[in-house]
Amino acid sequence: MDRVAIIGASMTAFGDRDAWLLALLAEAGDAALTDAGVDGDDVDHLYVSNMASGEFEGQTGVPNALAHDLAAMPAYTARIDQTSSSGGAGIYAAWQSVASGASDLTLLVGGEKMTHRTTGEATDVIASLTHPVEYKHGVTLPSFAGLTARKYLAQYDAPRESLGKVAVKNHRNGLDNPHAQFRKEVDLETVLDSPMVADPLRLYDFCPITDGSAALVLCPESVAAEYTDDYVVISGVAGATDTHVVHERDDPTTMRGVVESAEQAYEMAGRGPDDIDVAELHDMFTILEFLQSEDLGFFEKGAGWKAVRDGVTDRDGDLPINTSGGLKSKGHPLGASGVAQAYELYQQLLGTAGDRQVDAEVGLACNVGGFGNCVTTTILEQP
Amino acid sequence: MSDDHDSTEPGLDAHRCENGHLSYPGHARCPDCGAPQTETVDLAERTGEVVTWTTSTATPPGVREPNHLAIVEFEVDGEAVRALGQLTTADGIEIGAAVDPVYCAELRAPGAGIREPESQRWDGYRFEPA
Ligand SMILES: [Zn+2]
Repeated sequence: MDRVAIIGASMTAFGDRDAWLLALLAEAGDAALTDAGVDGDDVDHLYVSNMASGEFEGQTGVPNALAHDLAAMPAYTARIDQTSSSGGAGIYAAWQSVASGASDLTLLVGGEKMTHRTTGEATDVIASLTHPVEYKHGVTLPSFAGLTARKYLAQYDAPRESLGKVAVKNHRNGLDNPHAQFRKEVDLETVLDSPMVADPLRLYDFCPITDGSAALVLCPESVAAEYTDDYVVISGVAGATDTHVVHERDDPTTMRGVVESAEQAYEMAGRGPDDIDVAELHDMFTILEFLQSEDLGFFEKGAGWKAVRDGVTDRDGDLPINTSGGLKSKGHPLGASGVAQAYELYQQLLGTAGDRQVDAEVGLACNVGGFGNCVTTTILEQP
Repeated sequence: MSDDHDSTEPGLDAHRCENGHLSYPGHARCPDCGAPQTETVDLAERTGEVVTWTTSTATPPGVREPNHLAIVEFEVDGEAVRALGQLTTADGIEIGAAVDPVYCAELRAPGAGIREPESQRWDGYRFEPA
């Protein structure tokens, strides 16, 4: 089967942006089309990854608006909402559109506008994905992270400091990312002394609230070279779900959606965990980086924290994780994050990551929605 | 689907399928085996055990702050079933602690958050050290 290539990519500055959602999407979409050297009217399918434009901004019908702004009519458009993993789900939808032959050229743009809301309001919009029996107790996604972190530390005899080291590492990486929301180093003491948010997790264990957008242009691999010499291929992509109600999982420290989507993506790519040279994981909370690094098969269950402690996942380690700075330092505009993960891998595989550059031929991105409720895993490779 | 499977149920009813699996809340089909859930088991009069807990200090509109939360496991005829709920206090709470459900008429202020007030119940059970 003809594989699917990514021939253009972009991301906007992430952070506290003056622009509203449509302008953010247009900024990233325009830049990705330029990067690929194609026009709006070359686009057959246009997908927008976004969780909650109606709830955050009162703007719906966003994909059609973007097609108009980018002169992409009469492209087919659709919105992809899978909460925090909308970006990864958008990659899967965009891949399907090209792999099926329905589209010869697909533009995927992920984005979210959030910072005009208070932290409480934004947290509530995200928490609205929970079941009524969860929502009525005031549970938030950070609360799930606190519940899971306490269980993980106890179950695997991991020290609290180990979580802090994820934040220190990813902030260090983000220092070299010109698009990142926070470009400052933090030391372990700062993380461990920051205000408690969801015991035992503190402020620096959490990603910020962010505005931003990222975009990819996809086509069949067989014609990619007609557009550009610089492209990567999607060798594996898959998605899976876990329980909606988080407490119904037998083992709170295992994310079955990560396990299942990774197994399928590895099989499709003919790859395994040992083949991955660089990974972008969904570190919305520090604890999530441990869970994913284990559930993706990089490390034994309960050993992810030791890998971070020992520097294995540092930029100069055996398996660099979140060279972009991750959601932790780069920021987490919900619908954009999964697309921005692929943007980082695209740069790493093309050798254009600048000071963040590592030696990589195969990269993996894991994008997590809800608290592991829905997950997509994508494997990108050099052609 | 009977009213027993309504996700807006006020109580702490676990739902049991014909193969003996339990879930809280109920679902249209048993998450373990896909069979219909045919009966309920009230957990409100039982003592449970804390699986894990947290104290949330950044709570959304209408939610008490700080908000102590726990995942609690109950054992019913050798079958485990879990529920998430607020704790009345974090004092004396640790993994493995025994807790009892206590009724609360309003767990968070309806209408303060984004969820439509009429779409669900707002009463339920908190957990208190046994
Ligand atoms: Zn069953």
